[in-house]
Amino acid sequence: MVAGTTSKTAVVTLPTDTQIVITRVFNAPKHLVYRAWTTPELIKRWWGGDRGEVILAEVDLRVGGRWRYVMVANAGFEVAFHGDYHDIIQDELLVSTEVFEGLPGPGTLSTATFIEHDGRTTLTLLTECPTTELRDAILASGMEGGMQESLDHLEQVAVSLL
Amino acid sequence: MARAATTTDAFNAVAEPRRRQILDVLAGGERPVNDLVAELGLGQPLVSKHLRVLREVGLVEVRDEGRQRVYRLNGRSLQPIHDWVKAYEQSWAERFDRLDVVLDQLKTQEEDDGGWNNE
Repeated sequence: MVAGTTSKTAVVTLPTDTQIVITRVFNAPKHLVYRAWTTPELIKRWWGGDRGEVILAEVDLRVGGRWRYVMVANAGFEVAFHGDYHDIIQDELLVSTEVFEGLPGPGTLSTATFIEHDGRTTLTLLTECPTTELRDAILASGMEGGMQESLDHLEQVAVSLL
Repeated sequence: MARAATTTDAFNAVAEPRRRQILDVLAGGERPVNDLVAELGLGQPLVSKHLRVLREVGLVEVRDEGRQRVYRLNGRSLQPIHDWVKAYEQSWAERFDRLDVVLDQLKTQEEDDGGWNNE
């Protein structure tokens, strides 16, 4: 790892047809990254990115427990995601499902791992999708122009899956 | 929008693992068909079929060298896919930048408190 200035670049890779992996190094120990990742009041401060305001973050942090986030996008509409925790190792691992509430279906499985090295933490977020179409739709959701375009796209995909 | 049309070409072409494998090999430089067949361990007809798909969407180009057909990657045609993944990366980058701010604050808090008690 490079000392001093942090290369805070998020890197996305597509290991298979149905997976997305994103990695990022944080200049903080893993227990703090984990705390920011799992504490509702803190989630509200980062999860919306530049796209909107997170108005609800519910976290029942136990295996089988449920999470739900609701964001009001800058464009004015609400988007909501929820899921269940499948595996939890405090400060190290979080496995949960993630369902976008506008889209029917099983959603995705997310595995977040937090690995600390010299006081810094590498977060690896693996998203596993049931289909390539859903994977592609999720990737497309990052397109500039924001959520509306992606929702349109998701809708097309959803219809095509019927 | 244009996206729907794009999705039916280069995007679909790279959705097939064997075709991505071919692109990976070609990323190392141009190769005759026989090389690709040997490298991938697939039958020539199947390799040729994949190469045809990749050519149709412009991901690879071919030239004749004597009796050999030599294929190479057309990097420019991968640009839309690259941009597309980049956009996803960007949306997460925004989140992570905000997370950095939260983490800085947590670190400061922890130093000030000499330890934070979990609620």
